Amino acid sequence: MKRTPDRTVAPVAQRVRLEYAKRGRLRFSSHRDFQRALERAIRRAGIPIAFSAGFSPHPRISYANSAPTGTASEAEYVELAFTETLDPAWVRESLDASLPEGFDVLRVVQATPPDLAGRLQASLWRIALPGVAPSVAEAAAECLLGLETAEVSRMTKSGMRTFDARGPVVSLVVEPQESEDGCAILHVVVRHVTPSVRPDDVLSALRNVADLMPPAPPRVTRLAQGPFDPRTGSVGDPFAPDVVAESASQH
Amino acid sequence: MPIDTHRGASVFPQLEDVLPLVNKPIQYVGGEINARGKDWEATTVRWALMYPDAYEVGAPNQGVQILYEVLNEIVDVLAERTYAVWPDLEVLMRKRGIPQFTVDCHRSIRDFDVLGISFSTELGYTNMLTALDLAEIPIHAADRDDSHPFVIAGGHAAFNPEPIADFLDAAVLGDGEEAVLLITDHLRTWSGEGRPGGRTELLRRLARTGSVYVPAFYDVEYLDDGRIRRVTPRDPDIPWRVSKHTLMDLDAWPYPKNPLVPLAETVHERMSVEIFRGCTRGCRFCQAGMITRPVRERSITGIAAMVDQGLCATGYEEVGLLSLSSADHSEIADIARGLADRYEGSETSLSLPSTRVDAFNVDLANELSRNGRRSGLTFAPEGGSERMRRVINKMVTEEDLIRTVTTAYAAGWRHVKLYFMCGLPTETDEDVLQIASLAREVIKAGRAASGRSDIKCTVSIGGFVPKPHTPFQWAAQLDHVSTDARLHALRDAIRADRSYGKSIGLRYHDGKPGIVEGLLSRGDRRVARIIECAWRDGARFDGWSEHFSFDRWMAAADQALASEPVDVDWFTTRERDRTEVLPWDHLDSGLDSEWLWQDWQDSLSEVAVDDCRWTPCFDCGVCDQMGTSIEIGPTGVTELPMPRVGAGA
Repeated sequence: MKRTPDRTVAPVAQRVRLEYAKRGRLRFSSHRDFQRALERAIRRAGIPIAFSAGFSPHPRISYANSAPTGTASEAEYVELAFTETLDPAWVRESLDASLPEGFDVLRVVQATPPDLAGRLQASLWRIALPGVAPSVAEAAAECLLGLETAEVSRMTKSGMRTFDARGPVVSLVVEPQESEDGCAILHVVVRHVTPSVRPDDVLSALRNVADLMPPAPPRVTRLAQGPFDPRTGSVGDPFAPDVVAESASQH
Repeated sequence: MPIDTHRGASVFPQLEDVLPLVNKPIQYVGGEINARGKDWEATTVRWALMYPDAYEVGAPNQGVQILYEVLNEIVDVLAERTYAVWPDLEVLMRKRGIPQFTVDCHRSIRDFDVLGISFSTELGYTNMLTALDLAEIPIHAADRDDSHPFVIAGGHAAFNPEPIADFLDAAVLGDGEEAVLLITDHLRTWSGEGRPGGRTELLRRLARTGSVYVPAFYDVEYLDDGRIRRVTPRDPDIPWRVSKHTLMDLDAWPYPKNPLVPLAETVHERMSVEIFRGCTRGCRFCQAGMITRPVRERSITGIAAMVDQGLCATGYEEVGLLSLSSADHSEIADIARGLADRYEGSETSLSLPSTRVDAFNVDLANELSRNGRRSGLTFAPEGGSERMRRVINKMVTEEDLIRTVTTAYAAGWRHVKLYFMCGLPTETDEDVLQIASLAREVIKAGRAASGRSDIKCTVSIGGFVPKPHTPFQWAAQLDHVSTDARLHALRDAIRADRSYGKSIGLRYHDGKPGIVEGLLSRGDRRVARIIECAWRDGARFDGWSEHFSFDRWMAAADQALASEPVDVDWFTTRERDRTEVLPWDHLDSGLDSEWLWQDWQDSLSEVAVDDCRWTPCFDCGVCDQMGTSIEIGPTGVTELPMPRVGAGA
């Protein structure tokens, strides 16, 4: 009786990294929704993705730190392994065309060490609060930033957890003018810690400490994630080492 | 932001504000690969197609996908899809005045010309009422005016639309492909003429064709004891009977060509290709097999082309070969081998819903899982004892079953699932208890064949619900107390088995939902009041155990039938006699009533009937009545055509 698969797996010829955006109505997709969409887009585009060995072969795709359901993003990352060496520009174009509109591939680079996950140390979030005046948001932000810690509770897979949502917040800036559709706009830099502090945790903290309660659901977009520079408090480009390596190889 | 209220306007801006507050919002945003969004103004006939269950169940539905594509291929026709919204969203939509919307362009279903609803099961009836109400379409057809869409039902449950007759403008029996085109043509013409005579005139034109049922044109009279006296057309130009539609040449209708790929997770994460329609095995409990006759096969080349085209268009990693009994396709061996050869090494898996109990079926499953994991195989003996299987005309002997599972376990399959029904006509406790001994023999044979003790057998058993247009349409349904008692006795018998019981799993549901399904299946127009009453009391998603309330339905029935000489038992657990006028007698599935009655009598005498594909005709009446014939191969083609470059791999 056959108990092991007599299959051979094509070796990995290339690893690339993808930067993509989650926009518009597709912000309501979950991480798993994107996974299925990406795997099918790869097949439709005829891209030679590598598969794992074993009875249930899986395409070799590594996902990193995806934005929560309901949150838009301009900075999501995955790593793919191919069985052939492909031009990253062609991969970007064909995957972007194959994915549904709203999952938009921004950049594709050849992967170089160190690993991608380690480079994703902080995120810059844009939070639009409908019906909230910038001055009100500003006062709430000052209140939160004036505290050492601000505990919030959230339901996680392992039950209700209580944790500090203030510590990982590096900066919280309110734009002086409200947006055209009447929202206060916040820019928040949050370091990636465990358990992760998400934009809704920051909003919970603002509600707890300053009663900030927008009358309609906030619109959240991740503008960037990458290496954290403690000197400037800014979020860098996670592809910087790959881009450097690529231009070096071209000269 | 000012709200756009012109006809066909998108309600997404309002919806967007509530989506962050509901569970799995992705199911409401559309955006599927191969979805269409057409210009409202550039089209003249506009269909909203509803599957009245949650998106995760409705989105993969083949019927809706086929009609969606058939209609959208016509330049001046637009079709969009809508699904039942979960109660969490319904509450918010009512609060904010958001109408039932299509997922394609988020238009109110009230703005469309037609709302076509596909009923695979009767348990979607309350969800239809929710959708109509959310869109501010009057739930009673009689209250609608020229500004409202025509509400038209299709699908298997539409073969007895009487319980929802008050809510429908029309119903269509049988295959929908040509029927939607017929309705579209009449609508276009009538609109072009300036809609003379209002909605009644269009309905009259449709009714006159003899293939669209308009309940309002028929009167139902009752006898004092509650039985139907007769059903009569109101006017001389309305036909006495309405016929089902039968699509003959499946190869000419290769739909869906571009199957939808939802973003949200659904119950079928694969692509389906329908390899034939209809079934003449003659299982007496099976409504699908009775109402979809005759058998019409898609050719091997047609199937191969659809698999190839569909994989390219979707990127799915699995293809299911769909039909009522897929191993019965006359060329299935060549199809299975050909597809397995073609997709070997491409990480594309093939599946065959396997229910036929024979070794050939195992060979096919082996072929399709050449390099994959052999986890579970499913067979459906349906009846626990050989006597029971003669009654239902499912001709499988115990030796057949043991031989089949032995072949399966020997070929490396670890898990065999067996489907049964409880509450079949003439069934006794002993018939059901024999399932336990059958499962024991299966495990015994499996351990011997595989040399392992970790093989498993799962018994799934459901309550039998008699359906219209079957030989069992006259039968008494077993009451839920007796159903539960038999299922519990079976459970106890399996548990008490020390040597084999641990290898046998049992899955069953209690008998109460089956009684409501039975009421809705064989009900008449008086049942509409029960449905409305239950819905007003909060009935939603009746096919979901967490939403279903038996007590609510019984209270609704007590209230709605208070002044009638009939009750729930009358509709469900009562046997009908030959002379009774059945609520669906004026709806023609092609089956000859005399033949059905004879088959019911044969059933009671435990006489089996063969399959007319391989024996002479039994005069069930369908081919004569409908002008159809069996369309099967072999075509003589055994090689699949070459796939397109880069297909699926």
